[in-house]
Amino acid sequence: MELDPRIPGGPLEEKWIRYRKTVKLISPANKRNFTVVVVGTGLAGASVAAALAELGYNVLAFCYQDSSRRAHSIAAQGGINAAKNYQNDGDSVFRLFSETVIGGDFRSREANVYRLAELSGVIIDQCVAQGVPFAREYSGYLANRSFGGSLVSRTFYCRGQTGQQLLLGAYSALCRQIGLGRVKLFPRTEMLDLVVAGGRARGIVTRDLVTGSIAAHAADAVLLATGGYANIFFLSTNAKGCNATAIWRAYRRGAGFANPCFVQVHPTCIPQSGEYQSKLTLMSESLRNDGRIWVPKRKGDTREPSEIPENERDYFLERMYASYGNLAPRDMASRAVKRVCDMGYGVGPSGRGVYLDLTEAVARLGGDLLRERYGNLFEIYERITGRDPLKAPMRIYPAPHYTMGGLWVDYGLQSTIPGLFVLGEANFSDHGANRLGASALLQGLADGYFIVPYTLGEYFAGTVLDGVSPAGRPFVDAQKEVQERVARLVAVQGRRTVDSFHRKLGALLWEHCGISRSEAGLRTAIEEIRALRREFWEDVRVPGKTTEFNQELEKAGRVADYLELAELMCRDALAREESCGCHFREEFQTSDGEPFKDDGRFCHVAVWEYMGDDREPVRHAEPLTFETVKPEDRAQYASQGYTRSRRK
Amino acid sequence: MRLTLYIWRQKSTTDKGRFVKYEVENASPEMSFLEMLDMLNRQLIERGGEPVAFEHDCREGICGCCGMVINGIANGPAGGTTVCQLYMRHFKDGAVLYIEPWRSRAFPVIKDLVVDRSALDRIMQAGGFISVRTGSAPEAHTILVSKETAELAMDAAECTGCGACVAACPNGAAMLFVAAKISHLGLLPQGQPERDRRAQAMVRQMDREGFGGCSNHRECEAVCPKRISIRFIARANRDFLRASLFYSKSASGKAGATGKTKRCFEK
Repeated sequence: MELDPRIPGGPLEEKWIRYRKTVKLISPANKRNFTVVVVGTGLAGASVAAALAELGYNVLAFCYQDSSRRAHSIAAQGGINAAKNYQNDGDSVFRLFSETVIGGDFRSREANVYRLAELSGVIIDQCVAQGVPFAREYSGYLANRSFGGSLVSRTFYCRGQTGQQLLLGAYSALCRQIGLGRVKLFPRTEMLDLVVAGGRARGIVTRDLVTGSIAAHAADAVLLATGGYANIFFLSTNAKGCNATAIWRAYRRGAGFANPCFVQVHPTCIPQSGEYQSKLTLMSESLRNDGRIWVPKRKGDTREPSEIPENERDYFLERMYASYGNLAPRDMASRAVKRVCDMGYGVGPSGRGVYLDLTEAVARLGGDLLRERYGNLFEIYERITGRDPLKAPMRIYPAPHYTMGGLWVDYGLQSTIPGLFVLGEANFSDHGANRLGASALLQGLADGYFIVPYTLGEYFAGTVLDGVSPAGRPFVDAQKEVQERVARLVAVQGRRTVDSFHRKLGALLWEHCGISRSEAGLRTAIEEIRALRREFWEDVRVPGKTTEFNQELEKAGRVADYLELAELMCRDALAREESCGCHFREEFQTSDGEPFKDDGRFCHVAVWEYMGDDREPVRHAEPLTFETVKPEDRAQYASQGYTRSRRK
Repeated sequence: MRLTLYIWRQKSTTDKGRFVKYEVENASPEMSFLEMLDMLNRQLIERGGEPVAFEHDCREGICGCCGMVINGIANGPAGGTTVCQLYMRHFKDGAVLYIEPWRSRAFPVIKDLVVDRSALDRIMQAGGFISVRTGSAPEAHTILVSKETAELAMDAAECTGCGACVAACPNGAAMLFVAAKISHLGLLPQGQPERDRRAQAMVRQMDREGFGGCSNHRECEAVCPKRISIRFIARANRDFLRASLFYSKSASGKAGATGKTKRCFEK
């Protein structure tokens, strides 16, 4: 597998400018002769589909939801970063870039990150022009807020619904192109395989989720914008339908999978309340600014929190991290919370929760001010738990939230399969080992509006593409494989539901490939995942037929792929013998429990190549070099106030 | 908790459909309504039956996927919520619940509680946007929006397109949905050039899709998960009326223009 990142020459600040200067173009009249498949209609998918259609390409867009407006980008709460420096507080493209590189613990590609920061400004311009109702000052100018410990205020927001508003902006641009007939949308349609012909990505195989019919779609390029795979944990902050099927099928067709073990765990979510629980809800991390986190000093203490006197409480974050206190970086906080709960000090019915107590803040600031600051969070918390956070301490617990890993892409966002481009959370490129807060939305839109419209033209202009037809050999073969696989799922007719396997897989991964990982645990997990996979194919029960609306069948296909991806995540975690960003290996920590990074051996992207079901995948490495912000200067940046792993 | 459920079962769009009775035991007050249905479905599958089809995705009240009518009320009795954020503690032990899909001529049932809401997308495609090409936007601060206007536009923009308003309306009108978008974009300076055109195009598409008309029942705002006010309907009606009076597709400033186009200059 060749891993040429194809980074343009020249100084960092000029790479993207140079690329655009020399990029090959397709004439306006010729663009309509190219057909592009876009899978997924979140921020990345909707924006790229709209942007390409505006340029004149024929676009076929696919989403599994009933409408292209529902992709999970919609659930992002906090905001979107842009280095506009509207606050005159010292922000710049360079500062956003360097914070992102440091936040990613020097495991992302420098040139890509710089471009992300560089494009942040025009993204805000574009969104404002579309009518995204960003928060404003009384003067009519745009408002900013600071986010998770950044030293500048550069986050643009729409109340607690920034993702929704940005997605609706991209969706409206997409709607316009659909109305004009330039995009054909296939809602309720799921991609189940990638078609590679002549060594290039030339189409996809899909299942119509209403009728069950399986069809092939031919194209000149395939763009995957299908999001991340944190839902592999079953209990995560992702939507229930989020899945890895598209990127996993592409991996099996030859696309390299980069850093699959990099999963961001968010420390402040509402804990699980029972075995039936289907989803975890995020509570913004900003609550830690005003809350104190504690557990009872006695194991299994079931008293109400108000009945536990001060001297019987353990404010463990303050105790463990004197300098950070309750604001310990999220990976450290998540690990500490899990550790005290594993030791039996957890609170709540499941024992998996700790108190986030606002009592002191109420006394200091008053309930009204707190309500003004966190009103919508209190409302969400109260709706779900039935408790008022101002009267009794909130209970929180960490949950998987975002996957930095994804398909490997070069500077032009092209995977190792020519003609297959990957955008947004589905690729690995910009966030390294941990993502900065309010940068996921930024990446989706940068990839979709402003990067792929250029790099795709470069691909078309430099390639001679033969004609392909969905009736051709590779399409018919791929279609047949999909049909057989779908039929196999229904044919098992075992005793257990799809969810029961997914739940078990999630628990396994959470235990061994979640917040903290160890060699022994990962080896056990790999064995258990394999056993679970066998059991799945022997005992899963998928009711109904393949030729009808069948939600259990949809889930079964996704979980079958998760059962394969899970093993690769564990392998990747096992091979990365260091602790960095979100990835904490118990064997690799300093004497005071700090992560031990090994820049000498692991300052690279791990890229996995599929070798067949009966052979082990091969691990390749793309070395990472840093010319401006260097890993060895980490301490210096820390002293300037840069902090690791900050998010919403 | 023990519950008796009468759930609408319908195999496909053409199937006639009927209520089927289910008994649920061991529901817990901490469960969400959808988790209670998950539990029922698990039991149905394990006993060799067909699970109840219902739509859902984010399960945090923002994607707009889920929705069902519970005892005659869209999204159930709690108000101002989606059904994924409706918790069983709002129901009494032993409750009898009738669960139906959104009912509207414009929303054909696909299966059980799942309906086809693509009519709403087609309304958006007809005009629910500002026509700005990618890359042609001016610097963001060249467009000023007063805080009050931005907040009001945001109140309207929060619509999730779930369709509860349509399901609750005795006329099956989609006015709250359409009005929210007309108002969101029509309030902002960026949306002015296409304001008339947008109002007309969206309302016309709405009529074509077979939605009913609004007669101020206010059922829509009572069930809207985002509590969007019907004041936006008044606003959208005004915009539509204005567009009908003054806006013409054949507007021309050249001699020989019709009386209709002359009127267009009066605005």
